[in-house]
Amino acid sequence: MLSKLFNKKNSPYLFLIPFFIIFSMFVIYPTINSFYLSFIRTNGSKNVFVGLLNYKQVLENKEFWISLYNVLFIYVVRLPILLFLAILFAVLLNSPTLKFRPLFRLFIFFPVLIDMVTYSIIFSLLFNENFGIINYLLGLIGIGKIYWLSKAIPAKILIMIAMTWRWTGYNTIIVLAGLQSISNDLYEVADIEGAGPIAKLFKITIPLLKNVILFITIMSTIGTIQIFAEPTILTDGGPGTATLTPIMYLYRYGFNSFKFGYASAVAYIITSIIFIISLIHIKFSAKGGD
Amino acid sequence: MIKKSKTLITVKYLFLILVSIISIYPFYWLAVGSTLSNGEIFKFPPKFIFGHHFMINYNNLVSSQPIWYAFRNSLFISTVYTVLTVYISALSGYTFAKFDFKYKKVLFGIILLAMMLPMQVTLIPLFRISIALGWQNKAQAIIVPALANAFGLFFMKQNMLSIPTEIVESGRVDGANELTIFHKLILPTSLPALAALGILSFIQQWGNFLWPLIILQSNKSTTLPVLLANMVQKGEVIDYGAVLVGAVISILPILLIFLFLQKYFISGIYSGSVKG
Repeated sequence: MLSKLFNKKNSPYLFLIPFFIIFSMFVIYPTINSFYLSFIRTNGSKNVFVGLLNYKQVLENKEFWISLYNVLFIYVVRLPILLFLAILFAVLLNSPTLKFRPLFRLFIFFPVLIDMVTYSIIFSLLFNENFGIINYLLGLIGIGKIYWLSKAIPAKILIMIAMTWRWTGYNTIIVLAGLQSISNDLYEVADIEGAGPIAKLFKITIPLLKNVILFITIMSTIGTIQIFAEPTILTDGGPGTATLTPIMYLYRYGFNSFKFGYASAVAYIITSIIFIISLIHIKFSAKGGD
Repeated sequence: MIKKSKTLITVKYLFLILVSIISIYPFYWLAVGSTLSNGEIFKFPPKFIFGHHFMINYNNLVSSQPIWYAFRNSLFISTVYTVLTVYISALSGYTFAKFDFKYKKVLFGIILLAMMLPMQVTLIPLFRISIALGWQNKAQAIIVPALANAFGLFFMKQNMLSIPTEIVESGRVDGANELTIFHKLILPTSLPALAALGILSFIQQWGNFLWPLIILQSNKSTTLPVLLANMVQKGEVIDYGAVLVGAVISILPILLIFLFLQKYFISGIYSGSVKG
């Protein structure tokens, strides 16, 4: 009975049924439905087709643009720092002569273990303006109090610092995996030709890590545009709207005021931006490669 | 060979030590903070050594928050989700790795596209579906939709590609049906990949925040991240001692998993990225 059912011909389809039922119900249908909702206004219990009105209103809303600007600012400043640190740490940790290598590796990976809410709470206390250790240490080296939570620029920097702390170890692991797939012969040839460590880094390591760097870049694009827990807990989007993010904006409109059509338009605009940025990165990296 | 100067090596080690301290310090501070009274937490200069208030903080936490409900819910949701998503991802990943069938390319393309789709785009319909199904404040609202795990499928497919096809063929020669082959031959040979995906899934679900915040509104259905986030909401008096004990409770299980399964954990992040 079972062997008839699960023969070689039927099995692939049967095996995929559980996944695709759930996938259709909870990914495909919602994606399409969300698109439909973005053209709809709910009026009492009635759905009214409003064309592009939701999109128009989102795009005319100043707060939405601010939220977008905030994450793009964080993204543009943070990405080079993240890539630089991840490559630097990975190169250091990859050196076979390094003592205590497993221990350093463990420490650098450790922040990967903590969830967004918990680490945001810890950071809110470390960066507390009056009592936090960060301002205390800065004070010791003669830097005055920084208003991490109540001034716009420091608040944005705080979000960047927090995300960098949380994600550098994770990306270091990815770069390390990439490094270990690079053949040692290349470096030996470079040694024979008298190349220094900097030349090796830029002529061998970074070009061969192209795919890894692209992967990290795309994942951070998606990740940064979607940040929610950190600004919610650290700054509640403030001061004012200085750390408001698009997903916080979506959450406020979608679930605090139940404007589903409007929120769906927001969701589609965010998704389009993520797709466009990802495509640009893919194109750009395909062009830059040999 | 080029001789490296002593200072350069010293700088390198000092740098790595500094980076290690920065990575570890917030954890240490969390442990310290959970043993301090609220007065001590907000003391200047900050305290660096353990205090004696852990039990008081703990009792305040337990008497004011359904922390163990939240713990139980987080544990239940993360465990059930992990088992199911690993099984479903393995089954469908195996199918894409080892079978030829109609529309394979198209279906796989859709899955790749879904991996780039931010979860938020489905959030509002997901909310409406969950309400319609009566899933508000229910664990299945978190578990079931997350099982459409495109990343998991992709991850398992990449790993199953390296399983020799002879293993499958030997099962067929023995007259086993395809489901038996999957259970008896494929799953046991993929244990490291299953463990890696399992750990990643568990940690990701354990920290899941936005969707539970929306759909789990009642005290009894809440999870740890939602509970902790509610405790530090702006505009209310915050008992940080209790919050930090809650934070300790919420990261302990992950630390335990990491200590015991470190190998799988790191290989999980490796193979999830670069093989793809």
